[in-house]
Amino acid sequence: MGAASGRPHTLRSPPMPDCLSSELPLRLVGGLTTGSIYALIALGYTLVYGVLQLINFAHSEVFMGGSLAGLLTLNALTHHGQSAGAIYFYLAIIPGMLAGGLVAVALERFAYRPLRRRGASRLTYLISAIGASLLLQNIVLLWRGNVPENYPTTITAVPVFSIGTVQVFNRDLILFVAMLLMMFGLDRFVRWSRTGKGIRAVAQDPETAGMMGVNIDRVIVITFLLGGLLAGGGGVLYGMYFGRTRFDIGFIPGIKAFTAAVLGGIGNIRGALVGGLSLGVIENVGSGCLGSQWKDVITFVVLVLVLMVRPTGLLGEGVGGGTK
Amino acid sequence: MPLLEVRDLSMRFGGLVALEDVDLAIESGQIKGLIGPNGAGKTTFFNCVTGVFRPARGAIELAGKSLVGRKPHQVTKLGIARTFQNIRLFANMTALENVQVGLDVRHRTSVVGAIVRPPRTRAEETEATVRGHELLARVGIEKLAGHVAKNLSYGDQRRVEIARALATRPKLLCLDEPAAGMNPAEKSSLMSLIRSIRDDGVTILLIEHDMKVVMGICEVVMVIDFGRTIAEGPPEQVQRDPRVIEAYLGAGAADAAGG
Amino acid sequence: MKLVASLAVLALAGISILFQRRYGARVTAYYDRNHRWAFPLSFVGFFTAAALLPVWLDVAQEELAVSVGVFALLSLGLNVVVGFAGLLDLGYVAFWAIGAYTMAILGGTGPLHFAHLSMWQIMPIALMVALLAGVLLGGPTLRLRGDYLAIVTLGFGEIIRILAENLESVTRGAKGITNIPSGEIPNGNPLVNVIVHAATHVENFWIRLYNAIAPGTPHPTRPVPGQDVIVFGVNPVPYYLLLLFVIVTMVLVIRRLNDSRVGRAWAAIREDEFAAEAMGVPTLKYKLWAFAIGASTAGLSGVVYAARVQFVNPESFGFIISITILAAVVLGGLGSIAGALAGGAVVTLIPEVLRSLPQRFQDARYGIFGGILILMMIFRPQGLIPSRRRAAELKGGAAETKGPLDGGLPADLATGAGDATA
Repeated sequence: MGAASGRPHTLRSPPMPDCLSSELPLRLVGGLTTGSIYALIALGYTLVYGVLQLINFAHSEVFMGGSLAGLLTLNALTHHGQSAGAIYFYLAIIPGMLAGGLVAVALERFAYRPLRRRGASRLTYLISAIGASLLLQNIVLLWRGNVPENYPTTITAVPVFSIGTVQVFNRDLILFVAMLLMMFGLDRFVRWSRTGKGIRAVAQDPETAGMMGVNIDRVIVITFLLGGLLAGGGGVLYGMYFGRTRFDIGFIPGIKAFTAAVLGGIGNIRGALVGGLSLGVIENVGSGCLGSQWKDVITFVVLVLVLMVRPTGLLGEGVGGGTK
Repeated sequence: MPLLEVRDLSMRFGGLVALEDVDLAIESGQIKGLIGPNGAGKTTFFNCVTGVFRPARGAIELAGKSLVGRKPHQVTKLGIARTFQNIRLFANMTALENVQVGLDVRHRTSVVGAIVRPPRTRAEETEATVRGHELLARVGIEKLAGHVAKNLSYGDQRRVEIARALATRPKLLCLDEPAAGMNPAEKSSLMSLIRSIRDDGVTILLIEHDMKVVMGICEVVMVIDFGRTIAEGPPEQVQRDPRVIEAYLGAGAADAAGG
Repeated sequence: MKLVASLAVLALAGISILFQRRYGARVTAYYDRNHRWAFPLSFVGFFTAAALLPVWLDVAQEELAVSVGVFALLSLGLNVVVGFAGLLDLGYVAFWAIGAYTMAILGGTGPLHFAHLSMWQIMPIALMVALLAGVLLGGPTLRLRGDYLAIVTLGFGEIIRILAENLESVTRGAKGITNIPSGEIPNGNPLVNVIVHAATHVENFWIRLYNAIAPGTPHPTRPVPGQDVIVFGVNPVPYYLLLLFVIVTMVLVIRRLNDSRVGRAWAAIREDEFAAEAMGVPTLKYKLWAFAIGASTAGLSGVVYAARVQFVNPESFGFIISITILAAVVLGGLGSIAGALAGGAVVTLIPEVLRSLPQRFQDARYGIFGGILILMMIFRPQGLIPSRRRAAELKGGAAETKGPLDGGLPADLATGAGDATA
């Protein structure tokens, strides 16, 4: 036909697989929500790494602690009810954040500071972090058992709007917006406050910062605190969204979040955001295309590829936790 | 043919131009000095020549062989060794071990050979110890052979670094501010050492801030500022060159301060 | 009885630490001066004692000894990667899994059970497969900086586990592979007869010695003395001896390597990779070798493990194992061969010791383990049997260790291309 009429053959491109076309909005939404949780946790990793060059392995338990605190608060407020009004959820975020901050600060005080005083090597810190992670998990295991506990339903899932055929629920929005607010708050704090400047100074050059009168110990504690607050908040959001919590919920999100931090550029606050969201999306889209059992494989393969092409991560490393 | 020939070397870091169209030639057996104000690009030049950075443009040839694109350890194997501005010894290894790492470049033992230990391997290990001691003696610190590097004095650490670089049997030895932090007596002894190394057949390229050292041992001096060559010639001539004075002391300065 | 034995082990560890504090320097100095005979003597002495140990153990304890052997071997391998070359590998379990699954797939009743090879035939194959995996992983990733390498290796470990779970056609997924052959040596083999003969004599000698020392106490006997030594069936002893043999070989090989240009290169890479490269050390090559050696060691351990338990499934190869082995290496003494073996033993025995605690605490075994890790790092980071060279690096102190806040290069983790302004 084409030849006869003088028009060249047009090649028809192969049809896009469903996972990348019709399902894409669904996957994107899902990815952005899990990605939000990754971002909140990733922030703690990236802050601590920026200031101490330490992979805070136990940060996943900070997240879990916040989730647990949220549960306890909700149980107390609702007298172990099955569900409650949305207001309770918002109330529960505070103790969740505080619990996260508390665990993080305790970690610094008891597991890392003694090492810092002696100038221990990084591997020493890492082993101690691993030990702390195991310890915290098992304390909660002893206390709460290994059966997942349900979060009282506070936010009943209600679709808010639709993108094409995909419904975006209030839960998704709340999660995403809450994450953005927390991140934004942190970013502002690091940029504008004196403490924030101190953090960036210590991250860039601890010796000079010390000589300029920055109280390094205080800065480090605050760094842990900030990361802990956000991860704790993330824990409550997790509980709200997925409806349950357990002693080991930190493990896999923790690994993913650290991966996200590296992906975005370790030490870089915005990198944590970008990395977390990207990872969530890639994971979700990939698992849609290839099957959910391959989700983690996709994640790591992408990570390896990114690191090989752009070793400093998507946004580049932050010299100084909050400068970028 | 010059031993080392560099033509049109240019290096950029993002928007910052570190080196621009730098030409340099060193004849075999020369001691050439590379001087310039802080931040002029001298160490960057070293890094380009030794393969740490890949230059944006330019040719680098050692005895006719191109060095561009080669990894640092390959450049060392071809015959260029260097020392560092901030001494980079293997802190927790002894002085002797540090030197032995340098000697290993010329050893042919493979990993399997290291396990099996055929006669050649054993010979190389013996040679490593013997020659290691010789090199340390050469730089005057043989009795410190068994001392852990980090426990040595600053001056001795510099010497170990030089011995380690010499161990790789270089044709060209690049020294990055070897006299930094030394007192006059140490500097004088360093200068004799450098001369004697040259007399053994090693060509020397020297970055240095101390003008006495530069005047004392360099036959030719090249001056760079802001990544560009601004003068080249015998030290006395360069010292009086108005462009050089301006680069160091600013426009409108009087005679060269010298020293 | 077991409680007493466990406590005895812990007491031994404690005593060794105290002993080291008091006499450590003098003993090591003496050892170094008389190295020529001191090392062979202690080496042969220790491993002979270890080989004869089963004579005194009951079956349950022998099982434990096999576990100790498996983990000691793993620890030995990871020590080369982390302790010598300074590469942080958080996914070491992957190579162990590869060894075990190779054994299972080629020998057991999995979907690919055409081969039905014996353990002895599979061993070299598994070693090659693991080595290949090590090189394939290391090739692209060993250029990355230390922390990135950590994450990538962690990912690799998880990927292997996930592959094992999901490639049902090959690995039978979560159901696992059973009926893995146990490594029998065919009868009538002349070598077998010689060994049986020798083993019988040795065992008789020790039984007589045992009776002379402790007359009257019942000797933990086994059905057919001597014959059992090399029948790979239910009896754990042959596996133990096999592991011991592999460990002995690997210790000698690794020692040789460490005392040669390879060891110097590893130390240089660890100290200052940038300077090492400038001094002509082909850093990537030696890093790859460390990786390869570590991977093949783990592979061998995996083969014997699979033959012993005769069943593999993905659950046994989780991230926690990688962590446990890393903890073993550090607890024993990073960069120290004897330390690695000690660490492997400790890490296997601590959960055993904790078994004698009330049930409540048993579930939280890993928590107590975690607490021990923290305490060790605070009070004795150089481990039980410190490597002389590394002790100073790890303890820290003024001009010595580069900790996270000095801005300098960490002494034990190889960072990437390093200081560009040097």
